[in-house]
Amino acid sequence: MIGVGALVAAAAVAPTLPSYPLTLLTQVAIMAILAMSLDILLGYTGLPSLGHAAYFGTAAYAVGILATERQAGFLTCLVAGVLLATAAAALFGLVAIRATGTYFLMITLALGMVVWGLAFRWVSLTKGDNGIAGVPRPDLALPWSLAAPLPFFYFALVAAALAWAALGTLARSPFGLTLQGIRESETRMRALGYDVWLHKYLAFVISGGFAGFAGVLWAWYNGFVSPVDVQLVTSVETLLMVALGGPGTLAGPALGAAVIVFLKNFVSVYTKRWLLILGAVYIGVILFAPRGVLGALRAPRR
Amino acid sequence: MTRIRLVASVVLLALATSLAAPVGAPAQSAPIKIGFLAPLTGPFAQIGKDMVNGNQLYLAEIGGQVAGRKIEVLVEDDEGNPATALNKSRKLVEQDKISILTGGMLANVGYALQPYIDAQKIPTTYPVIAADDITQRKPAKWIVRTGWSTSQPMHPFADWVLKNTKYRKIAAIGMDYAFGYEIIGGFQQVFEEGGGQIVQRIWAPLNTNDFAPFLAQLRRDADAVLALFTGRLALQFVKQYEEAGLKGKLPLLGGGTITDETVLPQMGDEALGLITALHYSQALDNPANAKFSRAFEASAGKIASYYSEATYTNARWIVEAIKAVGGKAEDRDALLAALRRVDLKESARGPLKVDDFGNPIQNIYIRKVERVGGKLQNTVIATYPGVSQFWKYKPDEYMKRPLYGRDYPPCKYCQ
Repeated sequence: MIGVGALVAAAAVAPTLPSYPLTLLTQVAIMAILAMSLDILLGYTGLPSLGHAAYFGTAAYAVGILATERQAGFLTCLVAGVLLATAAAALFGLVAIRATGTYFLMITLALGMVVWGLAFRWVSLTKGDNGIAGVPRPDLALPWSLAAPLPFFYFALVAAALAWAALGTLARSPFGLTLQGIRESETRMRALGYDVWLHKYLAFVISGGFAGFAGVLWAWYNGFVSPVDVQLVTSVETLLMVALGGPGTLAGPALGAAVIVFLKNFVSVYTKRWLLILGAVYIGVILFAPRGVLGALRAPRR
Repeated sequence: MTRIRLVASVVLLALATSLAAPVGAPAQSAPIKIGFLAPLTGPFAQIGKDMVNGNQLYLAEIGGQVAGRKIEVLVEDDEGNPATALNKSRKLVEQDKISILTGGMLANVGYALQPYIDAQKIPTTYPVIAADDITQRKPAKWIVRTGWSTSQPMHPFADWVLKNTKYRKIAAIGMDYAFGYEIIGGFQQVFEEGGGQIVQRIWAPLNTNDFAPFLAQLRRDADAVLALFTGRLALQFVKQYEEAGLKGKLPLLGGGTITDETVLPQMGDEALGLITALHYSQALDNPANAKFSRAFEASAGKIASYYSEATYTNARWIVEAIKAVGGKAEDRDALLAALRRVDLKESARGPLKVDDFGNPIQNIYIRKVERVGGKLQNTVIATYPGVSQFWKYKPDEYMKRPLYGRDYPPCKYCQ
């Protein structure tokens, strides 16, 4: 309900906003997709991944390369980006799903670094450290060009709403309930006859695919892809968005994404010590609302 | 549920109203706004601070105003991250309505901002970002570089080595990223055309913690070693080079950053005799530099480096351009044209003017580390006046060759 309210409110106020806050809201929408995709792993399945930027970045690179070197259009970029990210997740999942807890964290971190290494070192394909600049936004043959901030915001908002609906349906489906069962007690689910490995693996792959969807939008949004998009900091920030907002809810990570994007961009205008404030917010949330902002809001009603 | 919905809508409304910042029309008498990007957090924070200080120093010298208008600098932290730099540029250009954008340090930030700058048609200068292609194969109409291009000092350096030393076989070791490739590549291009040979090329990862394995690989039959490192890696490489006993046997040459003034004060005798090339040295002997470096040391409490010189001279460059358009900084086309016409007869780093691609034509200094008055300095031992980013090549022929890279120029004499 909050989510729907937020979406409608955002859509309603958007035309009255100047272009800069609008681009920040666009960024929130894209980051919300990324955070929600990670939440399928972290919040619903109980698997903390530190390598989520890998799928996000893989898709962003796919778009960057296809759009600049092959002049690929909307559908090609979208499909290729999401498919490549899904394939990367399918490959990495085979290695990562064997582990749990800290070991899962370590393996996903290492796999994420592999993709970062490729982005950085495979210079002939990725342009290395310099990154790929001038990625054009797609032409949807609509009366409004996506190059302008407002149409692109609506585009990202619709994408976020679709991702949210899809992930919400997934979470409420028997499959999603099984994932939550695995999170609560893996042994019990196994005893009940569920294929725990397969469920975790599918969750991992789906999560990677949606992270890729966010990556596609990110490449279009910035018009630029570089190893920074794939690096550890991006993964950690995504994890923080989920933890801050409330893992195990979809609106929570979206809220976390909004909080982090706005904190970063507004607080840093007023003080060089903005990292300190961001850190204080994280610590405050962990101390006083360990289940995230949304988790804390909902708790008393239980 | 309804309560939460209420809270959420209130928060959203509050957010929305706080976002709708007032938009005022810039009047002629209003201050001229300059947007300044620098990495103020993260690994490059110290350099970011130098950049901000250099800029402030010049503006303080002229009393913070030009052509009867005050100058207002809006400093934003780009974290050395292209996406953040883009966000901050959007804020500066679209919300704060700046007249000029400047700053930035890393190559990827430079490339990421290019399309945005050209789309917004906002006059921009890059005082520090050096990636070659920003003013070569992918020039942006609205960007004027007031700093240097990476390979610019390395072409004359190779020429100097050929003419003044007996080194003909050189082993190269550099950082494994674009800046490293362009430094080593620029040197190799001119050196091999003049009859020299690069007999080895080693690329060390940026997160190298121990150089021993790389030093062990260096060919002992080379005449000299050419090294390119920055920051922590520069300190460590030079130190380990001496500890490995190589300093006496294989003379060390380097790209300018290996002994720039952000690292030199922390080095010891191991750096003595190291020869490098750059477009600036704090020890440069001219009146403009004497004034700048003394004032910088007094105000910032540390020695001037090419980063602070870059933003100091850049500020002067911008001020000259604003003067040339009579203070009408809002006329973007005129301001851009003025930025491209700036011709400084004397600056802290010598005379400066701009080529057709937006890069300075400037002196390149061959420097040698010496101890003077107890402190290490980059003593200038030779000057190449008025060096173009294309060296002696014709621009179109030069740009037909690929950008210097990990594998270009090919290492013909490597085994």
